[in-house]
Amino acid sequence: MSRDFEWAEFLFLLGALRWTIVLSLVAFVGGGVGGMLIALARTSTKALLRGLAAAYVGVLQGTPVLMQLFLAYYGLAVLTGVRLDPWPAVTLAFTLYAAAYLGEIWRGSIEAIPRQQWEAAAALPLSPSAQLRHVILPQAFRIAIPPTVGFLVQLIKGTSVASIIGFVELTRAGQLMVNVTFQPMIVYPLVAVLYFILCWPLSLLALRLERKIDAALGIKRHP
Amino acid sequence: MAAFVLGLAAAALFAFARTAGPQPARVAVAGYVEFIRNTPFLVQLFIIYFSLPAIGIRLDAILAALIGMSLNFSGYATEILRSGIEAVPKSQIEAGHSLGLTRLQIYRHIVVFPALRTVYPALASQFVLLMLGSSIVSAISVEELTGIINTLQSTTFRAFEFYFVATALYLAMALATRSLLHAIYVLVFVRGRPAAQGWAR
Repeated sequence: MSRDFEWAEFLFLLGALRWTIVLSLVAFVGGGVGGMLIALARTSTKALLRGLAAAYVGVLQGTPVLMQLFLAYYGLAVLTGVRLDPWPAVTLAFTLYAAAYLGEIWRGSIEAIPRQQWEAAAALPLSPSAQLRHVILPQAFRIAIPPTVGFLVQLIKGTSVASIIGFVELTRAGQLMVNVTFQPMIVYPLVAVLYFILCWPLSLLALRLERKIDAALGIKRHP
Repeated sequence: MAAFVLGLAAAALFAFARTAGPQPARVAVAGYVEFIRNTPFLVQLFIIYFSLPAIGIRLDAILAALIGMSLNFSGYATEILRSGIEAVPKSQIEAGHSLGLTRLQIYRHIVVFPALRTVYPALASQFVLLMLGSSIVSAISVEELTGIINTLQSTTFRAFEFYFVATALYLAMALATRSLLHAIYVLVFVRGRPAAQGWAR
Protein backbone atom coordinates (compact mmCIF):
# COMPACT_ATOMS: atom_id res chain seq x y z
CA MET A 1 0.00 0.00 0.00
CA SER A 2 1.38 3.37 -0.89
CA ARG A 3 0.02 6.71 0.04
CA ASP A 4 -0.57 9.48 -2.44
CA PHE A 5 1.37 12.67 -2.17
CA GLU A 6 -1.18 14.98 -0.66
CA TRP A 7 -1.55 17.88 1.70
CA ALA A 8 -0.39 15.93 4.78
CA GLU A 9 2.78 14.84 3.01
CA PHE A 10 3.46 18.37 1.91
CA LEU A 11 3.03 19.55 5.49
CA PHE A 12 5.54 16.93 6.58
CA LEU A 13 8.08 18.44 4.18
CA LEU A 14 7.34 21.92 5.50
CA GLY A 15 7.80 20.66 9.04
CA ALA A 16 11.19 19.29 8.08
CA LEU A 17 12.08 22.54 6.35
CA ARG A 18 11.89 24.07 9.81
CA TRP A 19 14.76 21.81 10.91
CA THR A 20 16.80 22.82 7.91
CA ILE A 21 16.32 26.44 8.95
CA VAL A 22 17.01 25.78 12.64
CA LEU A 23 20.18 23.84 11.86
CA SER A 24 21.39 26.52 9.45
CA LEU A 25 20.76 29.29 11.98
CA VAL A 26 22.41 27.47 14.89
CA ALA A 27 25.45 26.69 12.75
CA PHE A 28 25.47 30.24 11.42
CA VAL A 29 25.40 31.83 14.87
CA GLY A 30 27.86 29.36 16.39
CA GLY A 31 30.05 29.60 13.32
CA GLY A 32 29.81 33.37 13.51
CA VAL A 33 31.31 33.39 17.00
CA GLY A 34 33.99 30.87 16.01
CA GLY A 35 34.59 32.66 12.72
CA MET A 36 35.16 35.96 14.50
CA LEU A 37 37.82 34.33 16.67
CA ILE A 38 39.42 32.76 13.58
CA ALA A 39 39.39 36.05 11.69
CA LEU A 40 40.97 37.89 14.63
CA ALA A 41 43.56 35.15 15.11
CA ARG A 42 44.47 35.20 11.43
CA THR A 43 44.97 38.96 11.44
CA SER A 44 46.77 39.03 14.78
CA THR A 45 50.41 40.00 15.19
CA LYS A 46 51.27 36.71 16.91
CA ALA A 47 52.66 34.16 14.46
CA LEU A 48 51.53 31.19 16.54
CA LEU A 49 47.87 32.30 16.54
CA ARG A 50 48.03 33.03 12.83
CA GLY A 51 49.50 29.60 12.11
CA LEU A 52 46.97 27.72 14.21
CA ALA A 53 44.02 29.53 12.64
CA ALA A 54 45.43 29.00 9.14
CA ALA A 55 45.84 25.28 9.81
CA TYR A 56 42.28 25.03 11.10
CA VAL A 57 40.90 26.76 8.03
CA GLY A 58 43.11 24.69 5.72
CA VAL A 59 41.90 21.41 7.17
CA LEU A 60 38.22 22.36 7.28
CA GLN A 61 38.23 23.81 3.76
CA GLY A 62 40.28 20.94 2.38
CA THR A 63 37.99 18.13 3.49
CA PRO A 64 34.41 17.37 2.47
CA VAL A 65 31.71 18.45 4.90
CA LEU A 66 30.33 14.91 4.68
CA MET A 67 33.59 13.57 6.16
CA GLN A 68 33.50 16.15 8.93
CA LEU A 69 29.98 15.03 9.64
CA PHE A 70 30.98 11.36 9.81
CA LEU A 71 33.92 12.19 12.05
CA ALA A 72 31.75 14.23 14.38
CA TYR A 73 29.05 11.57 14.44
CA TYR A 74 31.26 8.53 14.96
CA GLY A 75 33.89 10.49 16.83
CA LEU A 76 31.39 11.64 19.44
CA ALA A 77 30.10 8.09 19.62
CA VAL A 78 33.61 6.80 20.29
CA LEU A 79 34.30 9.46 22.89
CA THR A 80 31.09 8.98 24.83
CA GLY A 81 30.73 5.26 24.17
CA VAL A 82 27.14 5.46 23.02
CA ARG A 83 25.57 5.91 19.62
CA LEU A 84 24.28 9.42 19.74
CA ASP A 85 21.31 11.06 18.43
CA PRO A 86 22.46 12.90 15.25
CA TRP A 87 21.51 16.39 16.43
CA PRO A 88 24.63 17.22 18.53
CA ALA A 89 26.96 15.74 15.92
CA VAL A 90 25.28 17.66 13.12
CA THR A 91 25.31 20.99 14.94
CA LEU A 92 28.91 20.49 16.02
CA ALA A 93 30.08 19.63 12.50
CA PHE A 94 28.24 22.47 10.79
CA THR A 95 29.30 24.98 13.43
CA LEU A 96 32.96 24.11 12.95
CA TYR A 97 32.48 24.17 9.18
CA ALA A 98 30.80 27.57 9.26
CA ALA A 99 33.50 28.93 11.56
CA ALA A 100 36.21 28.08 9.03
CA TYR A 101 34.46 29.69 6.07
CA LEU A 102 33.19 32.75 7.93
CA GLY A 103 36.61 33.21 9.50
CA GLU A 104 38.17 33.28 6.06
CA ILE A 105 35.57 35.70 4.69
CA TRP A 106 35.99 38.07 7.60
CA ARG A 107 39.77 37.88 7.47
CA GLY A 108 39.50 39.10 3.88
CA SER A 109 37.26 41.96 4.99
CA ILE A 110 39.60 43.02 7.78
CA GLU A 111 42.60 42.90 5.47
CA ALA A 112 40.76 44.96 2.88
CA ILE A 113 40.84 47.94 5.22
CA PRO A 114 43.76 50.17 4.19
CA ARG A 115 46.79 50.13 6.47
CA GLN A 116 46.53 53.90 6.89
CA GLN A 117 43.35 53.40 8.90
CA TRP A 118 45.34 51.41 11.48
CA GLU A 119 48.09 54.02 11.46
CA ALA A 120 45.64 56.90 11.84
CA ALA A 121 43.95 55.13 14.74
CA ALA A 122 47.32 54.44 16.35
CA ALA A 123 48.22 58.11 15.99
CA LEU A 124 45.11 59.21 17.88
CA PRO A 125 46.30 57.28 20.11
CA LEU A 126 43.98 54.34 20.50
CA SER A 127 45.08 51.06 22.04
CA PRO A 128 45.34 48.13 19.61
CA SER A 129 42.02 46.67 20.77
CA ALA A 130 40.34 50.06 20.50
CA GLN A 131 41.79 50.52 17.01
CA LEU A 132 40.22 47.24 16.02
CA ARG A 133 36.92 47.87 17.73
CA HIS A 134 36.24 51.48 16.82
CA VAL A 135 38.02 51.96 13.52
CA ILE A 136 38.67 48.73 11.67
CA LEU A 137 35.75 46.44 12.46
CA PRO A 138 32.96 48.94 11.68
CA GLN A 139 34.41 49.37 8.21
CA ALA A 140 35.21 45.71 7.70
CA PHE A 141 31.69 44.83 8.77
CA ARG A 142 30.18 46.63 5.80
CA ILE A 143 32.41 44.89 3.30
CA ALA A 144 31.74 41.54 4.96
CA ILE A 145 27.94 41.56 4.73
CA PRO A 146 27.38 40.43 1.12
CA PRO A 147 29.77 37.45 1.18
CA THR A 148 28.42 36.48 4.59
CA VAL A 149 24.87 36.34 3.24
CA GLY A 150 26.24 34.37 0.29
CA PHE A 151 27.80 31.89 2.67
CA LEU A 152 24.48 31.49 4.48
CA VAL A 153 23.07 30.20 1.19
CA GLN A 154 25.96 27.75 0.92
CA LEU A 155 25.33 26.65 4.50
CA ILE A 156 21.61 26.05 3.93
CA LYS A 157 22.42 23.91 0.91
CA GLY A 158 25.14 22.17 2.87
CA THR A 159 22.74 21.06 5.59
CA SER A 160 21.15 18.72 3.04
CA VAL A 161 24.19 16.49 3.60
CA ALA A 162 23.06 15.91 7.20
CA SER A 163 20.34 13.68 5.75
CA ILE A 164 23.03 11.07 5.03
CA ILE A 165 23.58 10.36 8.72
CA GLY A 166 19.86 10.29 9.30
CA PHE A 167 19.12 13.76 10.58
CA VAL A 168 15.57 14.55 9.50
CA GLU A 169 15.74 17.85 7.67
CA LEU A 170 14.18 18.74 4.34
CA THR A 171 16.17 16.34 2.15
CA ARG A 172 15.74 13.41 4.52
CA ALA A 173 12.04 14.18 4.78
CA GLY A 174 11.90 14.06 1.00
CA GLN A 175 13.51 10.62 1.03
CA LEU A 176 11.04 9.39 3.64
CA MET A 177 8.13 10.71 1.62
CA VAL A 178 9.43 9.02 -1.52
CA ASN A 179 9.62 5.77 0.41
CA VAL A 180 5.96 5.92 1.37
CA THR A 181 4.48 7.47 -1.76
CA PHE A 182 6.77 6.13 -4.53
CA GLN A 183 6.50 9.43 -6.34
CA PRO A 184 10.06 10.68 -6.65
CA MET A 185 9.12 12.74 -9.69
CA ILE A 186 6.93 14.91 -7.49
CA VAL A 187 8.75 14.89 -4.18
CA TYR A 188 12.37 15.64 -5.12
CA PRO A 189 11.63 18.50 -7.49
CA LEU A 190 9.35 19.90 -4.79
CA VAL A 191 12.17 19.63 -2.26
CA ALA A 192 14.44 21.43 -4.72
CA VAL A 193 11.84 24.16 -5.15
CA LEU A 194 11.56 24.59 -1.37
CA TYR A 195 15.32 25.03 -1.10
CA PHE A 196 15.17 27.45 -3.99
CA ILE A 197 12.48 29.52 -2.30
CA LEU A 198 14.65 29.66 0.79
CA CYS A 199 17.95 30.45 -0.92
CA TRP A 200 17.10 32.60 -3.89
CA PRO A 201 15.93 35.69 -2.00
CA LEU A 202 19.12 35.50 0.06
CA SER A 203 21.23 35.28 -3.10
CA LEU A 204 19.45 38.28 -4.57
CA LEU A 205 19.89 40.17 -1.31
CA ALA A 206 23.61 39.41 -1.30
CA LEU A 207 23.92 40.69 -4.86
CA ARG A 208 22.01 43.88 -4.10
CA LEU A 209 24.03 44.61 -0.98
CA GLU A 210 27.21 44.01 -2.92
CA ARG A 211 26.22 46.50 -5.63
CA LYS A 212 25.23 49.04 -3.01
CA ILE A 213 28.49 48.74 -1.12
CA ASP A 214 30.49 48.85 -4.34
CA ALA A 215 28.71 52.06 -5.22
CA ALA A 216 29.33 53.51 -1.77
CA LEU A 217 33.01 52.66 -1.97
CA GLY A 218 33.23 53.97 -5.53
CA ILE A 219 34.18 50.62 -7.06
CA LYS A 220 33.07 50.38 -10.68
CA ARG A 221 32.19 47.01 -12.10
CA HIS A 222 30.79 45.98 -15.40
CA PRO A 223 27.06 45.35 -15.21
CA MET B 1 37.80 15.01 -13.39
CA ALA B 2 35.49 14.01 -16.22
CA ALA B 3 32.81 16.09 -14.57
CA PHE B 4 35.19 19.03 -14.57
CA VAL B 5 35.82 18.77 -18.32
CA LEU B 6 32.18 18.18 -19.23
CA GLY B 7 30.96 20.85 -16.84
CA LEU B 8 33.47 23.34 -18.13
CA ALA B 9 32.58 22.63 -21.74
CA ALA B 10 28.91 23.13 -20.96
CA ALA B 11 29.74 26.22 -18.96
CA ALA B 12 31.72 27.74 -21.81
CA LEU B 13 28.72 27.27 -24.08
CA PHE B 14 26.33 28.64 -21.48
CA ALA B 15 28.55 31.60 -20.70
CA PHE B 16 28.70 32.46 -24.39
CA ALA B 17 24.91 32.18 -24.62
CA ARG B 18 24.53 34.25 -21.47
CA THR B 19 26.65 37.14 -22.69
CA ALA B 20 26.22 37.06 -26.45
CA GLY B 21 23.17 34.92 -27.21
CA PRO B 22 19.69 36.11 -28.08
CA GLN B 23 17.46 37.35 -25.27
CA PRO B 24 15.51 34.09 -24.63
CA ALA B 25 18.76 32.11 -24.43
CA ARG B 26 20.14 34.58 -21.92
CA VAL B 27 17.10 34.36 -19.73
CA ALA B 28 17.02 30.57 -19.96
CA VAL B 29 20.66 30.25 -18.98
CA ALA B 30 20.25 32.76 -16.16
CA GLY B 31 17.32 30.75 -14.82
CA TYR B 32 19.27 27.52 -15.05
CA VAL B 33 22.23 29.02 -13.23
CA GLU B 34 20.06 30.47 -10.48
CA PHE B 35 18.31 27.16 -9.98
CA ILE B 36 21.55 25.15 -9.78
CA ARG B 37 23.15 27.64 -7.44
CA ASN B 38 20.23 27.84 -5.06
CA THR B 39 19.44 24.17 -4.55
CA PRO B 40 21.62 21.58 -2.81
CA PHE B 41 23.80 19.26 -4.86
CA LEU B 42 22.42 16.24 -3.00
CA VAL B 43 18.85 17.06 -4.04
CA GLN B 44 19.95 17.55 -7.64
CA LEU B 45 21.51 14.10 -7.51
CA PHE B 46 18.32 12.61 -6.10
CA ILE B 47 16.28 14.16 -8.89
CA ILE B 48 18.57 12.71 -11.53
CA TYR B 49 18.95 9.30 -9.96
CA PHE B 50 15.58 8.67 -8.33
CA SER B 51 13.11 10.96 -10.10
CA LEU B 52 14.06 10.48 -13.72
CA PRO B 53 13.33 6.71 -13.72
CA ALA B 54 9.72 7.64 -12.93
CA ILE B 55 9.44 9.19 -16.39
CA GLY B 56 11.36 6.36 -18.00
CA ILE B 57 14.95 7.58 -17.95
CA ARG B 58 16.94 5.06 -15.97
CA LEU B 59 20.61 5.80 -15.37
CA ASP B 60 23.10 3.75 -13.48
CA ALA B 61 24.61 5.34 -10.41
CA ILE B 62 27.95 6.29 -11.94
CA LEU B 63 26.40 7.94 -14.96
CA ALA B 64 23.88 9.77 -12.79
CA ALA B 65 26.67 11.00 -10.54
CA LEU B 66 28.70 12.15 -13.52
CA ILE B 67 25.76 14.01 -15.01
CA GLY B 68 24.85 15.50 -11.67
CA MET B 69 28.35 16.74 -11.00
CA SER B 70 28.70 18.12 -14.53
CA LEU B 71 25.42 19.98 -14.34
CA ASN B 72 26.21 21.30 -10.90
CA PHE B 73 29.68 22.43 -11.87
CA SER B 74 28.46 24.00 -15.11
CA GLY B 75 26.02 26.13 -13.12
CA TYR B 76 28.75 27.61 -10.98
CA ALA B 77 31.33 27.79 -13.76
CA THR B 78 28.93 29.64 -16.08
CA GLU B 79 28.61 32.40 -13.53
CA ILE B 80 32.37 32.53 -13.00
CA LEU B 81 33.11 32.65 -16.73
CA ARG B 82 30.46 35.29 -17.25
CA SER B 83 32.10 37.56 -14.72
CA GLY B 84 35.41 36.97 -16.50
CA ILE B 85 33.96 37.78 -19.91
CA GLU B 86 32.31 40.92 -18.62
CA ALA B 87 35.54 42.06 -17.04
CA VAL B 88 37.15 42.29 -20.48
CA PRO B 89 37.09 45.99 -21.35
CA LYS B 90 34.40 46.99 -23.85
CA SER B 91 36.94 48.82 -25.96
CA GLN B 92 38.68 45.52 -26.71
CA ILE B 93 35.49 44.11 -28.14
CA GLU B 94 34.80 47.29 -30.11
CA ALA B 95 38.30 47.06 -31.51
CA GLY B 96 37.46 43.56 -32.66
CA HIS B 97 34.30 44.82 -34.36
CA SER B 98 36.20 47.53 -36.16
CA LEU B 99 38.57 44.91 -37.52
CA GLY B 100 35.55 43.22 -39.08
CA LEU B 101 35.74 40.08 -36.95
CA THR B 102 32.62 38.03 -36.43
CA ARG B 103 31.21 37.63 -32.96
CA LEU B 104 32.65 34.13 -32.61
CA GLN B 105 36.07 35.30 -33.78
CA ILE B 106 36.01 38.12 -31.27
CA TYR B 107 35.35 35.60 -28.54
CA ARG B 108 37.99 33.19 -29.70
CA HIS B 109 40.81 35.63 -30.30
CA ILE B 110 40.12 38.52 -27.97
CA VAL B 111 37.91 37.58 -25.05
CA VAL B 112 38.74 34.02 -24.05
CA PHE B 113 42.32 34.30 -22.90
CA PRO B 114 42.13 37.36 -20.65
CA ALA B 115 38.75 36.21 -19.37
CA LEU B 116 40.20 32.85 -18.41
CA ARG B 117 43.13 34.46 -16.70
CA THR B 118 40.85 36.68 -14.65
CA VAL B 119 38.67 33.84 -13.45
CA TYR B 120 41.29 31.13 -13.12
CA PRO B 121 41.63 31.35 -9.32
CA ALA B 122 37.86 31.23 -8.85
CA LEU B 123 37.61 28.31 -11.25
CA ALA B 124 40.40 26.47 -9.47
CA SER B 125 38.77 26.78 -6.06
CA GLN B 126 35.46 25.72 -7.57
CA PHE B 127 37.25 22.63 -8.86
CA VAL B 128 38.48 21.78 -5.37
CA LEU B 129 34.91 22.23 -4.13
CA LEU B 130 33.73 19.88 -6.86
CA MET B 131 36.24 17.29 -5.72
CA LEU B 132 35.11 17.58 -2.12
CA GLY B 133 31.50 17.48 -3.28
CA SER B 134 32.18 14.18 -5.00
CA SER B 135 32.03 12.55 -1.55
CA ILE B 136 28.29 13.18 -1.60
CA VAL B 137 27.63 10.94 -4.59
CA SER B 138 28.27 7.99 -2.27
CA ALA B 139 24.70 8.70 -1.16
CA ILE B 140 23.46 7.18 -4.42
CA SER B 141 25.86 4.27 -3.98
CA VAL B 142 28.71 5.18 -6.29
CA GLU B 143 31.94 3.53 -5.19
CA GLU B 144 34.21 6.50 -4.75
CA LEU B 145 36.34 7.10 -1.68
CA THR B 146 33.50 7.72 0.73
CA GLY B 147 31.46 4.86 -0.65
CA ILE B 148 34.30 2.40 -0.19
CA ILE B 149 34.95 3.65 3.33
CA ASN B 150 31.28 3.16 4.16
CA THR B 151 31.47 -0.43 2.97
CA LEU B 152 34.67 -1.04 4.90
CA GLN B 153 33.37 0.43 8.10
CA SER B 154 30.12 -1.50 7.98
CA THR B 155 32.08 -4.75 7.72
CA THR B 156 34.60 -3.90 10.44
CA PHE B 157 32.68 -1.52 12.74
CA ARG B 158 35.78 0.58 13.23
CA ALA B 159 34.09 3.66 11.90
CA PHE B 160 36.13 6.42 13.41
CA GLU B 161 39.52 5.19 12.21
CA PHE B 162 38.34 4.73 8.64
CA TYR B 163 36.69 8.11 8.44
CA PHE B 164 39.78 9.66 9.92
CA VAL B 165 41.97 8.12 7.22
CA ALA B 166 39.50 9.06 4.51
CA THR B 167 39.43 12.66 5.71
CA ALA B 168 43.22 12.76 5.63
CA LEU B 169 43.16 11.43 2.06
CA TYR B 170 40.71 14.11 0.97
CA LEU B 171 42.85 16.75 2.61
CA ALA B 172 45.94 15.47 0.83
CA MET B 173 44.09 15.48 -2.50
CA ALA B 174 42.78 18.98 -1.94
CA LEU B 175 46.21 20.34 -1.07
CA ALA B 176 47.87 18.51 -3.98
CA THR B 177 45.23 19.73 -6.42
CA ARG B 178 45.55 23.27 -5.17
CA SER B 179 49.31 23.36 -5.68
CA LEU B 180 49.03 21.63 -9.06
CA LEU B 181 46.44 24.13 -10.23
CA HIS B 182 48.62 26.96 -9.03
CA ALA B 183 51.60 25.53 -10.94
CA ILE B 184 49.46 25.39 -14.10
CA TYR B 185 48.44 28.99 -13.55
CA VAL B 186 52.05 30.11 -13.29
CA LEU B 187 53.01 28.07 -16.33
CA VAL B 188 50.19 29.15 -18.62
CA PHE B 189 49.36 32.67 -17.61
CA VAL B 190 52.51 34.08 -16.14
CA ARG B 191 55.29 32.56 -18.23
CA GLY B 192 53.41 31.20 -21.22
CA ARG B 193 52.28 34.37 -22.89
CA PRO B 194 54.34 37.37 -21.94
CA ALA B 195 52.83 39.34 -24.84
CA ALA B 196 49.36 39.00 -23.41
CA GLN B 197 50.39 40.68 -20.19
CA GLY B 198 50.72 44.07 -21.76
CA TRP B 199 47.30 45.50 -21.19
CA ALA B 200 46.05 43.95 -18.00
CA ARG B 201 46.60 45.65 -14.69
